[in-house]
Amino acid sequence: MKDLALHILDILQNSVTAGSTLVELSIDEIPAQDKYVLRFVDDGKGMDAKMVKQVTDPFFTTRTTRKVGLGLPLLKQNAERTGGSMTIQSQPGRGTKVEVEFSFKHIDRLPTGNIAGTLALTVSSYPEIDFIYTHSTPEGTFVFDTIEIKEKLESIPINDIEVIKFMKDLIHDNIEAIKST
Amino acid sequence: MTKITSLADLKNIKASVEAKMSLRERSETPDSMVQIRVAMATCGIASGAKIVMDYLINELDKRSIPAIVSQTGCMGYCYAEPTIEVTRPGHQPLVFGYVDSKKADQIIEKYIKNGELLDGIIPVNYENIEGK
Repeated sequence: MKDLALHILDILQNSVTAGSTLVELSIDEIPAQDKYVLRFVDDGKGMDAKMVKQVTDPFFTTRTTRKVGLGLPLLKQNAERTGGSMTIQSQPGRGTKVEVEFSFKHIDRLPTGNIAGTLALTVSSYPEIDFIYTHSTPEGTFVFDTIEIKEKLESIPINDIEVIKFMKDLIHDNIEAIKST
Repeated sequence: MTKITSLADLKNIKASVEAKMSLRERSETPDSMVQIRVAMATCGIASGAKIVMDYLINELDKRSIPAIVSQTGCMGYCYAEPTIEVTRPGHQPLVFGYVDSKKADQIIEKYIKNGELLDGIIPVNYENIEGK
């Protein structure tokens, strides 16, 4: 994966496949503590303790179409490469929480990439699932909440092309505005 | 300072979409539209499926072809990623492999518009991705 946005696009799919109704994603940029933290929280079907251990094994997957599952292992590798770590907490029937910590300043930390594009694609592909995205930097916090957007849209589908473009601009502009320098 | 898009701007978008929708009276049911599914698991994403999906959404809109573009999982053709599954109304789904923006353009122009077959079709032995 070339950037974190692509990783996020990939990991969000896990939550979708787990049958979640609400998926929360947060990015915390804390340069003062040399931390860059990604957090995924979903209310999907969750995993038992055994499976939690297995998911970071590249040769474990729930798919039947192929024998490898690289989404989480690759992200873990990228985090560890910067001296960071990945922790997964999950309970069957409750949901899953994945927290990935990177070193903010490490040269190997992947660039953030196009988060706006990632979210707009995911949100529009799964109109029945709600997503909340929170991005914090020392400059401020931006929250993107599809529940709020769907309320405002009323009968207009969230996957209409103009709405997708709007969501991209909304996320892009607001993240740029709080970009840490 | 440049203008920042805010939630308040959604009102304008809503009005514009509403106008557009009443214009075509929602005569398009999902069955009468071209359906495209882009394989977007780890393998697809790493090979550039996101670029292809963005391209398809924008180009189909620009060329006024009513279509639904959605994400799906891995079809098991990791070697040929990015792959997309195209279903024309009333036809069997076809899977194309090694799709980049150039190939996507050909698929729209030749297959979606005229039904011409192209190189790069992966022979299928399943009904659809979920059904296998």
